Amino acid sequence: MNIAFLSDIFYKLLSGVPLTLNLTIVSLIGGGILALLLNSMRATLVGNAVASAYVFLFRGTPLLIQIFVIYYGLSAIPFIRHSFLWTFLREPYWCGLLALILNDAAYTSEILRGAFRAVPPGSYEAAKVVGMTPWSTFRRISSPIALRQAMPAYSSEVVALLKGTALVSTITLMEVTGIASAAVRETWRAIEIFLCAAVIYLTLSLLVTWLFAYAEGRLSPWLFREAR
Amino acid sequence: MIEKLSLVGFGAGGWGSLLLQAGLMTLAVSMVAFLVGLFVGTLVAWARISGSRPVRAFASAYVSVFRGVPDILVIYLFFFGGRQFLTAIGTAIGIQGPFEVSGFVAGALAVGLISSASQSEVLRGAYQAVPKGTIEAGSVVGMTRLTLFRRVIVPQALVTAIPGLGNQWQGVVKDSAVVSVTGLVEIMRQVAVASGSTREYLLFAGAGAVLYLIITTLSDQITRAAERSVRHGEKRKVA
Repeated sequence: MNIAFLSDIFYKLLSGVPLTLNLTIVSLIGGGILALLLNSMRATLVGNAVASAYVFLFRGTPLLIQIFVIYYGLSAIPFIRHSFLWTFLREPYWCGLLALILNDAAYTSEILRGAFRAVPPGSYEAAKVVGMTPWSTFRRISSPIALRQAMPAYSSEVVALLKGTALVSTITLMEVTGIASAAVRETWRAIEIFLCAAVIYLTLSLLVTWLFAYAEGRLSPWLFREAR
Repeated sequence: MIEKLSLVGFGAGGWGSLLLQAGLMTLAVSMVAFLVGLFVGTLVAWARISGSRPVRAFASAYVSVFRGVPDILVIYLFFFGGRQFLTAIGTAIGIQGPFEVSGFVAGALAVGLISSASQSEVLRGAYQAVPKGTIEAGSVVGMTRLTLFRRVIVPQALVTAIPGLGNQWQGVVKDSAVVSVTGLVEIMRQVAVASGSTREYLLFAGAGAVLYLIITTLSDQITRAAERSVRHGEKRKVA
């Protein structure tokens, strides 16, 4: 095991970090918006059934099979091949991104649902009594309480999504894991290369965990006052 | 349409029985992985609860590592890295390869260790939820540590641990799909093979998804039943 080889590999793998981060961040934004839509659908009976079925489907099956369906399955449908969607869906990047967004939305919507359920009913009543409109109740009462409540679970979801981006290497995307497996096929030095990749992911996920811990400390300082 | 559906059926030219076999393989690899995770997870939880300072630090570093690295990378590391490792040992003692690592063993071990990190957190939380007074009471009446564990800690900890462990099991089943990268013919791999040779991607992916949904839904029911049965002695809360 020589240092020159390791640092060479490390630089190669680092060039995949932008794509890994790109997939993570764009999926978080897309998944977050879709999760909000799913939760607002739950107000009606039909919408509630659709949202529940969606969550059941995407949480009950592995992400890998979802990527497979979107990358191989959708392209087999003639309707899609002949529509404008094809400009996107023939690119592995958009397929991977779509799978990650759809998957993240299912998990995030459940986190949000749990968090909004945990808002004490008394705070809604209080808002109503002082004459707040539903929108300002949402903006000033329920969402601040719920978002704080959701932080720990959402932090785990962000890490899970970051790790999930590694799976798009199976549809030829060259993010960190894609570059690592290509390098292993060339050199057959699996242990060194995959350990280097692991170090990169570990650093990123520790960073996410710390950022969330810091944000949590800032958002609900009263919970952490004793610890300090 | 009907001809297409017969592709996932059990008749001639149907992939039905192969898919079912793959489903059993998914169950087998998941069960081994879950048990590995439970065993190692218990040790890690124990280390974090009552280990010395360095032991606790090591255990919490272990948890951070396995929670922070993608599953596919750990599986690659065990599968390809295992082969590289064995070959290196082989050449050192003068045995000529080629050495192969079984996808089942590497996959079950990798998924099991990944799961052990989360399972240790579930078990630690469950232990901490046991009221300390009951443990003190047990030792006051002269229970040995084993009896205390068996009759006071476990029955109470299980109530909180079972839902969490049920989630972990479902996570293991979903992670097991990634073991397909080693070539082990579980559901995901069988779906890829069958759809590759028939060009019916959506049909087989749909069949695979249904198999996963059946496993996860049944697991959910079993977890709930188990939770009810360990709650047996507890006073029902008036809702």
